[in-house]
Amino acid sequence: MSIIHVVFGRLGFNSLPFWQMLQHPTRENLVNGSIATLAACIVLVGAAAAVILITWLGKWKVLWSEWLTSVDHKRIGIMYVVIALVMLARGLIEAGIMRSQEAFALNGGYLSPEHFEQFFTTHGTIMIFFMAMPFLIGLINFVMPLQIGARDVSFPVMNSISLGLTAAGAALVMISLDIGKFSTGGWSGYPPYTEAGFNPGVGVDYWIWAVSLSSIGSMLTGINFAVTIYKKRAPGMRFMRMPLFTWTALCTSILMIFAMPPLTVATALLALDRYLGFHFFTDHFGGNYMNYVNLFWLFGHPEVYIVILPAFGIYSEVFSTFSGKTLYGYTSLVLATMAIAALSFTVWLHHFFTMGQSANINAVFGIATMLIGIPTGVKVYDWIWTMFRGRVRFTVPLIYALGFTLLFVIGGATGIILANPSIDYQVHNTQFVIAHFHNVLVPGTLFGLLAGYHFWFPKALGFRLHERWGLFSALCFILGFILAFFPLYGLGLLGYPRRTLDFFDPQYLPYMIAAFIGALIVFAGFLGLILQLLVSIRRRKEYAVPAGDPWDGRSLEWASPAPPPEYNFSVLPVVSGRDAFMLAKEQRAAYQAPGMFYDIEMPKNSAMGMAVCIGGFLAAFGLVWYMWWLVVAASLGIIAAMVGRGFVRDAERIIPAHEVERCHLRWLATVAVTRPVTRGQEATPANAGLAVLEAVE
Amino acid sequence: MSAAPPLRHPGINLGPAHPETEEKSAELLFGFWVFLMSDAIIFGLLFATYAVMLHARAGGPGPEQLYDIKSAFIETLALLSSSFTYGMASLALKYGRRHEWLIGWLVATMCLGGLFLRLEAQDFISMFHEGAGPSRSGYLSSFFALVPLHGLHVTSGIIWMLALILQIVRYGVDRDVKLGLLRLGLFWHFLDIVWVAIFSFIYLGGLA
Amino acid sequence: MSASEQDARGNRAEYARELRGYLLGYGLAIVLTLVPFGLVNWAALRQYGLYVAIGACALVQVIVHFRFFLHIDPPRQNVDDLHLILFSALLLFFMVAGTIWILASLAARLA
Repeated sequence: MSIIHVVFGRLGFNSLPFWQMLQHPTRENLVNGSIATLAACIVLVGAAAAVILITWLGKWKVLWSEWLTSVDHKRIGIMYVVIALVMLARGLIEAGIMRSQEAFALNGGYLSPEHFEQFFTTHGTIMIFFMAMPFLIGLINFVMPLQIGARDVSFPVMNSISLGLTAAGAALVMISLDIGKFSTGGWSGYPPYTEAGFNPGVGVDYWIWAVSLSSIGSMLTGINFAVTIYKKRAPGMRFMRMPLFTWTALCTSILMIFAMPPLTVATALLALDRYLGFHFFTDHFGGNYMNYVNLFWLFGHPEVYIVILPAFGIYSEVFSTFSGKTLYGYTSLVLATMAIAALSFTVWLHHFFTMGQSANINAVFGIATMLIGIPTGVKVYDWIWTMFRGRVRFTVPLIYALGFTLLFVIGGATGIILANPSIDYQVHNTQFVIAHFHNVLVPGTLFGLLAGYHFWFPKALGFRLHERWGLFSALCFILGFILAFFPLYGLGLLGYPRRTLDFFDPQYLPYMIAAFIGALIVFAGFLGLILQLLVSIRRRKEYAVPAGDPWDGRSLEWASPAPPPEYNFSVLPVVSGRDAFMLAKEQRAAYQAPGMFYDIEMPKNSAMGMAVCIGGFLAAFGLVWYMWWLVVAASLGIIAAMVGRGFVRDAERIIPAHEVERCHLRWLATVAVTRPVTRGQEATPANAGLAVLEAVE
Repeated sequence: MSAAPPLRHPGINLGPAHPETEEKSAELLFGFWVFLMSDAIIFGLLFATYAVMLHARAGGPGPEQLYDIKSAFIETLALLSSSFTYGMASLALKYGRRHEWLIGWLVATMCLGGLFLRLEAQDFISMFHEGAGPSRSGYLSSFFALVPLHGLHVTSGIIWMLALILQIVRYGVDRDVKLGLLRLGLFWHFLDIVWVAIFSFIYLGGLA
Repeated sequence: MSASEQDARGNRAEYARELRGYLLGYGLAIVLTLVPFGLVNWAALRQYGLYVAIGACALVQVIVHFRFFLHIDPPRQNVDDLHLILFSALLLFFMVAGTIWILASLAARLA
């Protein structure tokens, strides 16, 4: 046991992505090694570019003191969304590569099986844990406290810690491109394939710890959001007066609190098997790997509702705002959301109908699965009725919402088809399943999150996004999605399995080519988003909306400047009904100066989030590479930080009343000189964030 | 006897004598309570896993050979008594008794918790000596996930208790110390409840 | 601490009442521990009877802990907390019962 071994664990030169192709330069190794090395270089170049940019702009101090140690929910929310967008780029590239492999697969394609397996594993893992979750958590983080009239979430430091854990997990997934390889076991990581006996390398361990870090972060976030909504609503903001996005945030948080533990258990037990020779899921000595499947999907099913409910909330806001109408059927939407949240814990078996349990059990879970479609259907009707007789504006968020309405329903319908165990036996593990879940995830979750991004971007950063590029992106995403995934339904019915890198039956080829073209169009849409962001930043003065209400919004987050001050509201609002801000505007009670200003107590910045991020990343890295000294040191560091935090006594600062007054009056002065715009002008530079008071309907 | 005041959150309520805790305590305790519920799910699933793997002995030893009822009994009394001593500490906190009483009851709790852990560790070591470690069978893996996880929680609680005692020495019994003691109380009693389930379903259930 | 402060804080009747609560809870818990341990140690019942007794004592002891140590008492409890406990219990039931039902079926069919 040499000193090198102790310090570096199982790290070695063979962990580098180009090592294998240098040692054994076969054609396959050269192709795959080059792709892997290119990816590794992109990571390094990206990191270097970020460092150079920050240094050149001289912003290290600002980055630390105003962002990384901030406990402001708005800053934390923005950082979550940044992580999500970066990971979305990687997830889409991986998807594109897989689709290109399949398009050429009749001639064998170019990827090795092992490389392809890593691709579908990272694609799924990233899209769920490091794109969808951070994106929705980021949006809820930013918007929800504003919508309920609060100054921050209940536990701001814990919020920062959750961000740190998610970032650490994402960093682990990214570093696996440069050092070592990732798991080949799919995002679900089923044993016994992922046990040490079959997969002794670092891949599965990377997956376990990345997912564990992220899931602990999400669990803490769920607690934070739920307590915030329960305890920090403004006076008069009764439950039945909360905006729908806050309702879905509440139900999502409850799901996160209760669904993350099964995942923690499943991955922890797998880790015990791999590291300490336990026999939970091995294929000998009494292991039962079917329990892993059970535990994983106890998490996995509520998880998909975690990613869809916030999108439903966003759609509620988007449909009502851009139809200029109160949301139709508020009570039914709330009840439907609660029903979906509760029922989501009763259907998990439908992910493994074919595992071997009795038909009776399958039937019970199949019926429960079909039931869950009903509240979702209610919601779709409510949204359609919201648009009816409204004055609909085809802004980017609404385009996404319309695409969602048409496409998600198809995806939901195929879900009901799959809910029937007899049918599922035929299409389980085929591309039909892939088509179904992308059909609900992309038009459902992704479009919703992108709609939310466009909707709330002006509030967060103070200027609107370029509308034309947004439209281009939306149309590419919609069209690209259809072309990329509808053929997969056909492929599945023709018997093509999932997670399969090539085929020899030429009848599959046209579907594969269509799917590949669709993937390219989707990617064009994503490039459009990047261009949109760059153009908008360049023209931010032209698109500025300092008065804070660019869309004639209905809920409280619009009753503040853009961007809002750190403490959100100079005086906490008193709420007397739903659509509280629209109510105030209609009663000509908006944009008032309060009678008195008071000192506001806000939490101080804290380095806890960074401490847990760095400590968590190092501990996980040490676990992957068997660098035990690093695991112990990093873990002790985190414990010391937590104990140390307990000794902190001076964790708040006062923002004096005169400062609050100054800021508020400056906002009102801006409003006074702003020309209000009609809805027809809202996508033009004339829109400075103030809405003409249109006739009350 | 006067009617008890309405409770506002779980665990001991410090009441109007401790006004500085009023504003934050509801939120903090509710949040901690929510965390405990998620922890309960983790334990519950480990119980379910144990139930499912109880007969996965792989030809190895089972509960009848391995569980020591006397040891389990003493551990139970130790942990239960530590819950009682923590209750006494809570009363000392609420009724403004001198710090020495509060610290004394906390130290007693730590000692009883430490006794619990020591006995439990001895149990595990003797199981290892009989070749009944977690890698022997699925059943033993599930035992060694559930019971040591509880022990790890108890250990964390003891560390937390020590940290709070040090804070009392440093800052006196201020607002943050009180809020910490309230949450630790929830945690400590919760762990005793989990132990009730463990000794009932694992130890006694295995030996019945 | 001055005498008046001690009076303000040390409401004797309250203190005595709460102390009695803890002592009662402790006593009940000890009894509810002795009974199942004793029954098992001296094999006083058939196996099925033992299971029922152990389960009943455990359930009652958990309630004792909730009531006397955690001060959770349905008539007086904040409705948010009750909702949380009930919801958690319901979910725990689905997850644990579901797991056992499914795995038992698999064991029977695939053994």
